[in-house]
Formats: sequence, structure tokens, C-alpha cells
Amino acid sequence: MQRIGVFVCHCGSNIAATVDVEKVVEYAKLEPGVVHAEDYQYMCSEAGQMKIAEAVKDKNLTGIVVCSCSPRMHETTFRNAAKRAGINPYMVEIANIREHCSWIHKDIEEGTEKAVILARAAIAKVNLNAPLEPGESRVTKRALVIGGGIAGIQTALDIADAGYEVDIVEKTPSIGGRMSQLDKTFPTLDCSACILTPKMVEAAAHEKVNIYTYSEVDKVSGFVGDFTVDIKKKARSVDMDKCTGCGVCSEKCPMKKTPSEFNRGLENRSAIYTPFAQAIPNVPVIDRENCIMFKTGKCGVCSKVCQAGAIDYEQQDEIITENYGAIVVATGFDTIKLDDFDEYAYNQSKDVITSLELERVMNAAGPTKGHLERLSDGKAPKEIVFIQCVGSRDVTCRGKEYCSKICCMYTAKHAMLIRDKYPDVNVTVFYIDVRTPGKNFDEFYRRAVEEYQVNYIKGQVGKVMPQADGKLLVQGVDLLDNRQILKEADMVVLATAIEPEAGVRKIATMLTASIDTNDFLTEAHPKLRPVESPTAGVFLSGVCQGPKDIPETVAQAGAAAVKAIGLLAKDKLMTNPCTAKADELLCNGCSTCANVCPYGAITYEEKEINDHGIRENRRVAAVNTALCQGCGACTVTCPSGAMDLQGFSNRQILAEVDAICR
Amino acid sequence: MTYSYYPGCTLKTKAKDLDVYARRAAIALGIELEEIEEWQCCGGVYPLATDEIASKLSSVRALNAAKEKGQDLVTMCSACHHVIKRVNDDMANVSDIQMRANNYMELEEPYQGETSVIHFLELLRDKVGFDKIKEKVVNPLTGRKIGAYYGCLLLRPSKVMAFDNAENPSIMEEFIKAIGATPVVYPLRNECCGGYISLKEEERTQDMVTKIVESAGGAQAESLITACPLCLYNLNKNNSKVDMPVYYFTELLAEALGVKEEVEG
Repeated sequence: MQRIGVFVCHCGSNIAATVDVEKVVEYAKLEPGVVHAEDYQYMCSEAGQMKIAEAVKDKNLTGIVVCSCSPRMHETTFRNAAKRAGINPYMVEIANIREHCSWIHKDIEEGTEKAVILARAAIAKVNLNAPLEPGESRVTKRALVIGGGIAGIQTALDIADAGYEVDIVEKTPSIGGRMSQLDKTFPTLDCSACILTPKMVEAAAHEKVNIYTYSEVDKVSGFVGDFTVDIKKKARSVDMDKCTGCGVCSEKCPMKKTPSEFNRGLENRSAIYTPFAQAIPNVPVIDRENCIMFKTGKCGVCSKVCQAGAIDYEQQDEIITENYGAIVVATGFDTIKLDDFDEYAYNQSKDVITSLELERVMNAAGPTKGHLERLSDGKAPKEIVFIQCVGSRDVTCRGKEYCSKICCMYTAKHAMLIRDKYPDVNVTVFYIDVRTPGKNFDEFYRRAVEEYQVNYIKGQVGKVMPQADGKLLVQGVDLLDNRQILKEADMVVLATAIEPEAGVRKIATMLTASIDTNDFLTEAHPKLRPVESPTAGVFLSGVCQGPKDIPETVAQAGAAAVKAIGLLAKDKLMTNPCTAKADELLCNGCSTCANVCPYGAITYEEKEINDHGIRENRRVAAVNTALCQGCGACTVTCPSGAMDLQGFSNRQILAEVDAICR
Repeated sequence: MTYSYYPGCTLKTKAKDLDVYARRAAIALGIELEEIEEWQCCGGVYPLATDEIASKLSSVRALNAAKEKGQDLVTMCSACHHVIKRVNDDMANVSDIQMRANNYMELEEPYQGETSVIHFLELLRDKVGFDKIKEKVVNPLTGRKIGAYYGCLLLRPSKVMAFDNAENPSIMEEFIKAIGATPVVYPLRNECCGGYISLKEEERTQDMVTKIVESAGGAQAESLITACPLCLYNLNKNNSKVDMPVYYFTELLAEALGVKEEVEG
């Protein structure tokens, strides 16, 4: 028989306002096995934990039930307290009477009744608990960073500087990401390439950093400390060792009709191409879908002009398998598609562009060599209208409900840069709210308004109408002046909402990392563990977790690196002892459990079994506890009831159910 | 093809043309429109108040009449279509409205949004097919530059109306092509004409329709078509110097099919 202590927490008024905690104590005392019960204002505090330790000593407790908040919050706290007091941590159970009870009930009688029931269930379980000992698993001292934008580069550099090997996997032909497409950065207006390129070079030159470009993560298995990852290196059709990066192949390539991804489709590129001049590696790839050689078998111009003999049409995709201790996701973002926003005439007029397209227009290496001009006729615009929140804060289901966060600042930046370089151009910005929290951000926005006379209008635009003369008529509303506005413009720039990069869902699935309804990766805790995924060993860097500007992305990238380093610095990890176990006497070797196990943790062995005095060889299931994650899929699948989860055995769970139904 | 047909009040009075030409065209296209019995005014405006039940009942009666015949309900007027389609959506999805309307109606079997409501334009596109119409045109309106005027009631709210892309619709342009004319796409074709504001603030609607007509004129349209009596009424009151006759789409359909001059009945 266990000797159980029950500790009921008030959580200030969080629990005590809706649950009569003294009554819970009173009822708990009546339960079998309970030899001690008390309540306290904050059980998780030093004083509260001391009360547990004292009770263990005085009453010789063998099991503990804490009625408090969610186990996600403080299970570890109380397990550690128990351990210090000399009790096996797995003899502690939490009855969640806050999130599952006090927070969702209003009536104190109802709340109290439910709290008593939850306590009863936890007590019934502890009566059947047995001490468990965690095992150990190894840590591979190597990290994988998925995505080679500024987030991935910064995370990789920080991990590498701490002395660990890092691989960056980037799906495009070059690292650099979205930041490489930007012209200037707010709030200091320094050129994006000038601050990014040195980092790209540093990553490429770092002896601990290994970069796989034009590559994708193909398969992930294993668990924290010991992931096995297949990386698919797509055939570049160019030998990276031989290529000198001279660029003659792209120049001579006769197929120059593919929209350039880097220039957002505003100009065309050749079929063999390097995305941009500062690309790393400076080695082109052949886009096989658009290459004449691959489509018709006749061309081979690039091969003929390549002095280094680097063109290799026969190259195949390659799978590289590598082990990692930690994985950092840094997959970034893209702007949303505007097909559902025809009121802005984006698909109808070349002079309606997105802000990211404007970055390319303003950039000296862009399609207009940095000259601000209309893309329809090359004329210099005199009136430019910016529309904010295109698809952001949108409740019509066409866009995103969230705020994309970066648009207010980059729109102020664009407006200011245009007014500075072309003082004769009028700039108008339509906005819902201007949101500029951040160091030196509001000052920046005010400069746009006050120094550069950018015309900010609070109100949304209902329609952009291309006119016969090529101008754009913008119909909007000025909410402060309560009037409709019809404004003629030469160019309209849409601050388009951002969304996680396509493909993040696939990566999240491979990593069993959770994502939210907007496909942003979820943090382990929104406030206290913002750079960790709920999946152990997986960390989050940059916009894959939520909209961010560059300073925030770099800060988070560093934070993710620190968390990864903290993991890689360990030699061994404690494993969760709540793993599955097969009862060999009951197992009939049917393989059902192995078929449902998502972790490949179940194997079969031929074994001599002594079944009530009869000795015979049987095929029975065996669980690899290092691989088992304790999900319980096997226990509910097993037709003979042979599989059980330690710490959550069928008996324990049924005891809880019985206690609740009593 | 037999359909239940809800003409609506205006089509019996001021907008007779919209109805008469539609019926003639329907016969020519082999569609039977069965006017439902004892239909009542749709109310003209969709009642936005969520506790408003009485004004939704005439729509429910029409919808249920079609349901009992096992037919789709065809509408002609944009406003009627709008009201009936939205009430139908409520009856299918808003349990409170569904319950209270049914309590009032005391039908043998409660109505739960089973009827499919289609506008005559949708009927032409989805059931007949613009290709088929093209084949049946005997009097193609070749060379006529026609602008489609959608207004707002057919298109929005786009999720409920599910009529066409609300910001860049194309069904009426397809229709214009089918009758042999040249569609003119102009930006203001889905702007509001002012609706009933014309009763109270005539100048305001005049401003609104003038912009629409000038937008169409700027794009070289020579005439406009509409499916809405109120739009037609308002559009004809524009202040523009552009000469822009406005027709019901059914009139041009009848003309193209060669049944415009047929004696009624």
C-alpha cells in the first residue's frame, strides 16, 4: 500500500477563487492510500516545495499528488522536488485543477466537485505507480539548419563559433534568402547586400559550416540528440569543383525566357543561371525544366563555351545521410499570392506591384538598374500610392488574419527613399493603423511624415482602376476626414502580407514539429520557450515561427543557436522512462504494434518462453526504449493486451476512469 | 429543363421587359420556367438584423415551394436573387433562424435550405451553356460594344452569393460574347449604383452612376446591360455627357435569339 501525500495549490486566486481548496483537502483525506493532505497558496514556490519535502520526511510518503496547474507547466518542478526529498520522480502525479477546472468554470460548487474528482483520479493512479528510472542516449555533436536566409546563416555561424559542426540545407541555388532581395534596410537605411554578403562569405568560409545549396531535407528519423536525416542534393548539372564562376554559360545560353525568381519575375533569366551576382556558391545551376538540352537533347551551348569543362548533363540527384544532435528550422517566408485581390488590379496592370517587387525596382542590380520607373512604359512616375495591409489583418478569408508586422516600416522606408531621391514625386500611403514599435522605429516613421512630407491617409483602398491613358485611379476613403478619395496615380505599391514559405508543412511533418493554422511553426511555450519547438531537439529561427523584421530575426537566430548549443554541449541525454513494454507471456507475435509504431521502435525476437511451466520458442515483440517516445499507439492496437506503457499502464488509466466514475 | 421561377414585384410592373424577354428567350432555349404560385415580395432588401424573421418568410415560402416540386429556383432580378439566396443560406446554416422560421411556417417537413437558388445568368452559363446559346443565336449582335454592369447585389457577399469573382467577374462578359457582341471591360463595372439612396439623396446616386457611365464610356462601351431594375433606373439618371443606353440582359438575349418581337403568350 502506498503512503500518499496530497498537496492542493491555491495558485493565488487562480484556483482558490473557483475551487474550495479546503474541501478538496478534506475529501482527498478520505481516499485510499492518502496519509497526508494540505493546501497552500503557491505550491510551486520555495516554501511550497519545502512543505512537500517535510511531509515526505514526517509521514514517510511513497507517492505524491499535486493538485495545481497543467503538468506542462510544473510537472518537472514537482518531480525534482520529490527527487530531492528522496522519492522517485515518477511517483508524482499532477491533478490539473487550473486549466482543466478553475479557469473554465465559474460556479464554485461545480468547480470544487470537479477538482475533487480530478484529485481522486490522480490518487487512484499513484496507488498503482511504480518507480521508473530514465535511460541514457547519446548526443551527436552536429547541427542541421534548414534554410539559408539570414536566420539560418546567423544560427549556423553562432553554433559553429561555439565549436560544433553545422550543415545548412538551402533549397535554392544560393544562400542569402529574402534579405538578399532587399535594397535598403530600416531603420538605418544601410544597404541590405552590404551587411548580408559578408555574413554569407563568413558562413561559406567557416571551417565548421558546411553548406548544401539546391538541396532539400528528404527524410528525418531518430530523436533529440540523435536524428538521422536524408538530404537530397538536386542535380546542379554543373560540377562545383570545376566551375570557376566566370558566367559565360549564362551569358551564352540561348534560352532566356524564364522569369527570374530573384527579381520576382520582373525580368527573365537564362536556363543555366546564378540567381544573383553575389550568390554563394558562385556556381550556376541548370533549370532542367526550361533547358533546351534537357527538353530536346539539342543545344549544349553552355557545355561548348565552358572553359573549365564543368557542365555535366548526366549529373544525378544525390542523397546524403547524416546524423545530427539538433535541428534548427529557418525556412522563412514569401509574400502571399494576390489572385484573390483583384480590386487592386495587380493582375491587370504592370504598374501595380508588391513591395518586394519595388525592392527589386529600387535596387541597382534589379530589372530597372535602380531607376524608379513604371514597368508598363518605363516612364518616371509622379504620383505613387502605397496600400498597406494587403491581405494582412484580413477577415474576409482571402488573406491572413494576422498582422505581417514588417509592412508599416518598409512602407515608410520606401516612401522616404523615393521622396529623398525623387523630390518631385508625390507619395501617398493608405493605412489602417501605423504600427511602429521597435527601437528607433517610430522616429523613423515620423521622419517620413514630417521631414519627407509623405502623405499618410488613414483608410483603406476599395479599388484600383487602370485607365485608358495608362494611369491608375485609386478609390479609397479618408476615415479621419470622412470622405471618399479618388486619386490618380502612376504606380501603386501593395504592402502584401507575408506567409510561411511553401514546403514548411512538409518539413514540419517530417520533424513531427507542430504548426498553427497559418502554417507558422509553434513554440514550446509562447512566452518562456519561444525558440524551441514542442518536439525535443527542434529549434525555430526567424519568420518560420511568426512575422519578424531583420533585427528580431537575427536575435531569434542567436537564441535558437544557444538552445542548440546547450543541447550539443551535453554528452548524454536522459530518456523518458515512460516507454512501451511487451508482456512476453501474452504476446502472440502478430506484428500489429510494429506496423503502427511511428518511431520504428518495435522489433521481434525468437525467444524461449516459460508459459506456466510449458517451455516453447515464440516470436515476441521487443521495444527499443531509446527509440520509443511513449505515444501509446501500440498499447491500444495490441489485440492481446500484451503491450503496456510504463507510467501509463492500462491498469493505471482504468483506475483513473473508475475513480472519476465513482 | 423545368425550373421554378420567382419573378418578383418589379418584374410585373416597371421592369416588365426583364421578365418578358427572359420568358421568350427561355422558350427558345428549351427551358421551362414555372412561376411559383402565390409568391410574395422578397422585401427588396436582405434583412440584416439577425432577429428579423418575418421579413425572411416570403423567401422561405418561395424556397419551400420549389423544394416541394423538387426544382431549382430561378430568379431574374438581382435584388430578389440576393435576398432569396441569403435567406436560403441562413436557413441552411443559422440554426436559430432556421428554427424560428420553421416554427412560424408550420410546414409538414421543416425547410432547411435544401433548394438551390440560381440566377438566370447562372442558368444560362451552367445549365444551358454559353456554347449552346451561341449555336442558337440567329441574330448575332456583331460589332456592338457592350459593357456589363454587375452592380453589387449579384456578387457580394461573395462567399454566400458564390456567383463569380466579386472583384473581377466575367460571367456577363461571357454572355455578351455568346450573343455575338464584343464585351467591354471597364473598372467600375462592379461598383454600387447607389441603390435606394436615390430616393433620399438623388444627387449622390447621380454622382455614383455618372462615374460608372463615364468609366464605361472611357473604355469605349456603347451600351450597358444589367440584371437589376434598380440599377437600370439609377443608371438612366446619370449626369454624364456620354450617351449610354442601358438594357436588361434578357432583352439582348431575346434579340439575338430572334424572339424579341414575338407576340406575348
